[in-house]
Amino acid sequence: MKSLLVHLKNYKKESVFAPLFKMLEALFELFVPLVMAAVIDVGIAQSDRPYIIRMCFVLVALGMIGLVCSITAQYFAAKAAAGFGTGVRHALFEHIQKLTFSEMDEIGSSTLITRMTSDINQVQSGVNLVLRLFLRSPFIVFGAMIMAFTVDTKAALIFVVTIPILSVIVFGIMLITMPLYKKVQSDLDRVLLMTRENLTGVRVIRAFNKENDERERFEEGNQALTDAQKFVGRISGLMNPLTYAVVNGAIIVLIYAGAIRVNVGDLTQGEVVALLNYMSQILVELVKLANLIITVTKAIACGNRIGAVLRITPDMESGSLKWEDAERMSGKGKNVPAVEFDHVTLRYKGAGADSLSDISFRAERGQTIGVIGGTGAGKSSLVNLIPRFYDAAAGGVKIFGRDIREYDMDALRARIGMVMQKSVLFKGTIAENIRWGKEDATDAEIKEALEISQAKEFVDAKEGGMDFMVEQGGRNLSGGQKQRLTIARALVRKPEILIMDDSASALDFATDAELRKAIRGMKENPTVFIVSQRASSVQYADQIIVLDDGEMAGIGTHEELLGHCPAYQEIYYSQFPKEAAANE
Amino acid sequence: MNNEKNTAKKTERRQESGKVSQADTLREVMHHLGRYRIFLVFSILLAAVSVALTLYIPKLTGNAVDYIISEGNVDFPDVFRVMLQIGICTGITALAQWLMNVCNNKMTYQVVRDIRNEAFRKIEILPLRYIDGHPYGDVVSRVIADVDQFADGLLMGFTQLFTGVATIIGTFGFMLSVNVTITFVVVLITPVSFLVANFIAKRTFDMFRLQSETRGEQTGLIDEMIGNQKVVQAFGRGKDVTEKFDEINERLRDASLRATFFSSITNPATRFVNSLVYTGVGITGAFAVVGGMLTVGQLSSFLSYANQYTKPFNEISGVVTEFQNAVACARRIFDLIGEEPQTPEPEDAVDLEKIRGNVKAEDVSFSYDPEQKLIEHFNLTVKPGQRIAIVGPTGCGKTTLINLLMRFYDVDKGTIRVEDVDVREMTRRSLRAGYGMVLQDTWLKTGTIRENITMGRTDATEEEVIAAAKASHIHSFIMRLPEGYDTWITEDGGGISQGQKQLLCIARVMLCRPPMLILDEATSSIDTRTEIRIQKAFAKLMEGRTTFIVAHRLSTIREADLILVMRDGKIIEQGNHGELLEQNGFYRHLYESQFSQ
Repeated sequence: MKSLLVHLKNYKKESVFAPLFKMLEALFELFVPLVMAAVIDVGIAQSDRPYIIRMCFVLVALGMIGLVCSITAQYFAAKAAAGFGTGVRHALFEHIQKLTFSEMDEIGSSTLITRMTSDINQVQSGVNLVLRLFLRSPFIVFGAMIMAFTVDTKAALIFVVTIPILSVIVFGIMLITMPLYKKVQSDLDRVLLMTRENLTGVRVIRAFNKENDERERFEEGNQALTDAQKFVGRISGLMNPLTYAVVNGAIIVLIYAGAIRVNVGDLTQGEVVALLNYMSQILVELVKLANLIITVTKAIACGNRIGAVLRITPDMESGSLKWEDAERMSGKGKNVPAVEFDHVTLRYKGAGADSLSDISFRAERGQTIGVIGGTGAGKSSLVNLIPRFYDAAAGGVKIFGRDIREYDMDALRARIGMVMQKSVLFKGTIAENIRWGKEDATDAEIKEALEISQAKEFVDAKEGGMDFMVEQGGRNLSGGQKQRLTIARALVRKPEILIMDDSASALDFATDAELRKAIRGMKENPTVFIVSQRASSVQYADQIIVLDDGEMAGIGTHEELLGHCPAYQEIYYSQFPKEAAANE
Repeated sequence: MNNEKNTAKKTERRQESGKVSQADTLREVMHHLGRYRIFLVFSILLAAVSVALTLYIPKLTGNAVDYIISEGNVDFPDVFRVMLQIGICTGITALAQWLMNVCNNKMTYQVVRDIRNEAFRKIEILPLRYIDGHPYGDVVSRVIADVDQFADGLLMGFTQLFTGVATIIGTFGFMLSVNVTITFVVVLITPVSFLVANFIAKRTFDMFRLQSETRGEQTGLIDEMIGNQKVVQAFGRGKDVTEKFDEINERLRDASLRATFFSSITNPATRFVNSLVYTGVGITGAFAVVGGMLTVGQLSSFLSYANQYTKPFNEISGVVTEFQNAVACARRIFDLIGEEPQTPEPEDAVDLEKIRGNVKAEDVSFSYDPEQKLIEHFNLTVKPGQRIAIVGPTGCGKTTLINLLMRFYDVDKGTIRVEDVDVREMTRRSLRAGYGMVLQDTWLKTGTIRENITMGRTDATEEEVIAAAKASHIHSFIMRLPEGYDTWITEDGGGISQGQKQLLCIARVMLCRPPMLILDEATSSIDTRTEIRIQKAFAKLMEGRTTFIVAHRLSTIREADLILVMRDGKIIEQGNHGELLEQNGFYRHLYESQFSQ
């Protein structure tokens, strides 16, 4: 939380003035009972009408000054809080842009989204409230006590006893209920989860005739939530009656003390009224203070969560080598391999075992490399090393002859066309989505990319063609259509290295084949990595890397592997039974 | 079909009556409150008691002040009497307040529980058409957020409104009982505070709307970009995205400053008006005391009444907006609860015990959207043990057939029969128990692995569970997990790969051994080596069982007794492998493309 407060730096003036003016307002409010006491003791006692009128003008003047102070304070508080929120939001967003893939895997994007939205909003309104009220309420409570001392020292001792008792009640109830509220929240989360599950899993639940069981489960969870809510409600419901009773008890004692002291002539009637007024003011402020503390504790918890994200330092550093320099140095030599892995090992953060171990291969310029293997064999891990999404734990990755860590990260990624397993599109037109690959792509370039990725036909059929609006997440496109557009997005930048990570899985065999044919026909002749589960997709690659549980089970052409690699044979024959292969 | 017309009519009617529906909604709310009527009555009674006593205490305090006049002029017996009265009143008030809180809590949370239960029960019987057609988030927010809002706004608002009104009336009465002139001063000035608050609220409404719109815009961007941060980074778009973000962020700063500032004027402004009231009471009261029409103690009670009198006005204006919001939320919940459920089963629905696997489709027509015809005049006869492969390009509507077989949707025309019984004339339970379904879009519920496997047969023994897991080749994976079969799976099966999830789904069906199967062959996610074993297990499972299989693998397709070729949601060819090749149609094209480069 502390680390966030630097964002108030530009609002120093506002952050000081807001509470200051608020205290001024409170100060003027504290004078009111004194003025009233004077009205009673002087104006009324001596039947001095002009004095009463004068005092009333003083009251109105106090109110006006209070109003001006208060509005000034609100303005400064709002300005500081809005500026603070904006600053934190920007800092966090920028910070997230710098996080590496492994950090993102660890935190998870849904967490980051909550931090960016509701957490920051909470903190912002917390800052606003603190600036406005945090000084005001204690100031009034203690101010009332001090004013009571100015009226009468002995009677003021009643305040000295009452205030600690009230604090114990308010803070005690809060300490007891806070963990209970947390439990209510987690019970509510469970009810939410069950509701969600019954929508996302409706087919399975109905197929297994589980409707009644689910209903019982829900009603059980719902009852638990209700019980928890009622329990905490009963305890926190004590706060108001108890504080009310204590304050009124104090008033009774005040009356008693007042009666004795007026009787001996140490106090006047008006002063008793003033003391009673101060006690009432405390009651009003206490309620406000309790609400404020709840908001502030929430805001601090949110602030700490944001701070935790901001504290993460990127665990990868970018090099400085530009692409052009690398090309010049390597002399554009044809014999430099595009990608070279030298005994590469990869282990994800927090994982117990290596995801890749001892991988070595050379991919020559313009070659097509197939990567095949079972689930969890490490296919995606392997290709994710090429754009340096992760760093190898051991061994080296070289791109066009230079160590990958020497490259400027943005420059490196700009030359790689990546098609990820999960096809993600953004809200905007098809053309805008394709331009993610190349900002200044011309319409002709986009058309070309669409043609190669086999997307032209369906894009032309869409209303508006390339200007067809894609909804958020590409909801209005089918899986196969999305995949083809993500391929076009990678192709439009004319990459030196094209990586397709199982990105044709939703395409039928015919389209998949057409796509591969078109890519091989590209005049830029990129080095292509195709990751697939289908033997038919990698069968015609120049080299096929067979992965098994993070290790290289074989490398070679289709014929070579079919001859001597048992892992490959198993995959191939499971998809093409022997007689089918023989027919070919 | 008739039902749909009815539903359509109903929604129309509901829309037409949009204006009347606020009253309808309230009626429904009262209906739900019905069981807790007694608490409502208690709550109102207790509120009345606590309001009356709260107002009576300042009057008592005033009395006490009047007995404390000056040196040697203090009436101790009377002071003691008043002190005792204040003590008793305080005790009763505190107790009444607490009991009122308890009543309100009980009423609110139990009504909320009832409504949630009712909504959930409705979800379990809603037609798939509704669930497919509404975003999950929307339905979830009705059951969770809307119900909460409703409870906060309506029930709390109700009690606040009541205590507010009671306080105003009570204060007014007490003031009148003390002094009429000063009461008029108070009554004349207080509406000013009300007007000021209203004036500000109206001006700030637009600012709040702008703020929440801008916030919504920003959340949309965050959701999209942070949600897909890896893509953003892969394409090196971090800077552009940040620029876009900052632009919205700056607008949000302005909107937020304006909304926060202008709305926060309300409190100081009404406080100022209150201080005017206070001063007004002070001046007229003091004159009255001088003129002998009022005592000092009465003036002191008047001053605290003046403070109390204005507060509920501000609260009530807040309650009204919250009330409207709550009614809107209630409407959304009751709309869900009032939604037409799936076609009820006829009274004499057959509970088919022995399903052998005869399935027949007779002249079936179906479409999701009446404008767009999909399946028309479809006929199919399947004998026990036959294997039906459904093939076609991506998105050709293969799931439509599954929807009809499982009766997730009803056919528009024609009939589907199982064992010669129309599926609409048997219980859904018996029909669905007859099928074992493994979809590509795997779904696991939150719970342990064992709970997930035994979903179809909760009474399975440990040996049976392990046997099913072994047959699905997932046993050794499960054993390697930290807690074996008791490992907890989270919402999206976190920590478990797509392939392993599918294996769990297969184990789930393995355990049930239903007479008919609906299988969605994996295209890519299951690793091929395990798949060989799965296929063997499937082959064993399929023995003697009628199987519908959405097929991607040539071997599966070639072994099928019947192949349905689908395209654009329609069945365009059917026959066995040899027949279809001879037809030289779309199937042949599909088949050959698999071997072309």
